Amino acid sequence: MGTGWTLLTAAFAFIIALTFGSLIGVMRTTPFGFAVRIGDVYVELFRNIPLLVQMFLWYFVLPELVPRNFGNWLKQLPNASFYTAVVALGLYMSARIAEQVRAGVLSLPRGQRQAGLALGLTLTSELLNTIKNSAVALTIGLMELTARARAMQEYSFQVFEAFTAATVIYIAINIMVTFAMRIAERRMAVPGYLGFKPQPAGH
Amino acid sequence: MFSHFDFDVIIRSLPYLFYQGITFTVLLTALATLGGIVLGTLLALMRLSGFALLTVPAAAYVNLMRSVPFVLMIFWFYFLVPYIGQWVTFSSRPMQVGAFASCLVTFTLFEAAFFCEIMRAGIQSISRGQVAAAQALGMTYPTVMGYIVLPQAFRNMVPVLLTQTIVLFQDTSLVYVISVTDFLGAASKVAQRDGRLVEMYLFAAVVYFVISLAASRVVGLLQRHIAIIR
Repeated sequence: MGTGWTLLTAAFAFIIALTFGSLIGVMRTTPFGFAVRIGDVYVELFRNIPLLVQMFLWYFVLPELVPRNFGNWLKQLPNASFYTAVVALGLYMSARIAEQVRAGVLSLPRGQRQAGLALGLTLTSELLNTIKNSAVALTIGLMELTARARAMQEYSFQVFEAFTAATVIYIAINIMVTFAMRIAERRMAVPGYLGFKPQPAGH
Repeated sequence: MFSHFDFDVIIRSLPYLFYQGITFTVLLTALATLGGIVLGTLLALMRLSGFALLTVPAAAYVNLMRSVPFVLMIFWFYFLVPYIGQWVTFSSRPMQVGAFASCLVTFTLFEAAFFCEIMRAGIQSISRGQVAAAQALGMTYPTVMGYIVLPQAFRNMVPVLLTQTIVLFQDTSLVYVISVTDFLGAASKVAQRDGRLVEMYLFAAVVYFVISLAASRVVGLLQRHIAIIR
């Protein structure tokens, strides 16, 4: 149950993050000063406010600032905390992805392959971050994995069992992605620096 | 839209927000950064040492910390720190730990994993030739690290370390989940007491935004100032 909410929230948030992130990222590489300015403001806004505060703004503040009828409708939505979490997390992550996209596009002439690889690599880690950050949504009442563990621990007082289970599930989710990342990282190391380990002969 | 906006509640709670709230947040950020960098550098040296006995535990620790949500780790440490205290001091009962000390231990241990990866990248950015040259001169490992590699690695990584500190500053808001009164906790308490959620949360967002933006601008300037031209 909890794992399902975590993955669902992360998946939808990541779609929003990719869409807005690529859009804003590319916008910031255009020669139009106005578009670049808007992109900069967007990124600074979402990057410099803690995710938790952003969740509160979407959940508690937004319904009060919009017209009354619309606000009431927002407050009465079933699964309101899920939609809020998806939007808040998606836009928060989109600012980070916009930064990566911009850096990737700007480094294109210097080596398209490397830029593409670097982008793929950071996107994997941003996906991991999105999954992890979905835990913050427990503050607005989303019963995702961490929230379930805490609730379980409060009912049964089995602190270690509850948190160990959650930890193991998060690690299991992460391991596959991290594994793929490590292979890519090894391929990208530049010879001549301390991090480089010579590859054994063969394929 | 802002006709019902009550600025007075913000002004009335300013002393509380800044005397109690921001002090906690800033102190926690500063001390956790220092502790995290020291511990992180040690972890980085362990990871790069080449002895399986050191690299494996360090890598396992870093990967564990990086693959679970910070919120879950805050819960973990909230329950574990008293027992860690008991274990360290050999006492018979779990140690009584204050909110600040508990948060400080949590943030230091958690952020050390991230500072470790930054320092590892910093150490790896130093060319192999320098180490070989130093070893050819008869320098031992501690001398090579202490006088050749680490000073340069730190210098190269100062902007990244500071950027991570800004992330840490924003992360401190997560202590909300264990009801600690940091800046956001203080704002949230006033908000709920006076029923002024809109004003207090908007004000908190503005304060975090201004501090983080100013800090990242300073980092940007610093980056240009200290960059080594190659």
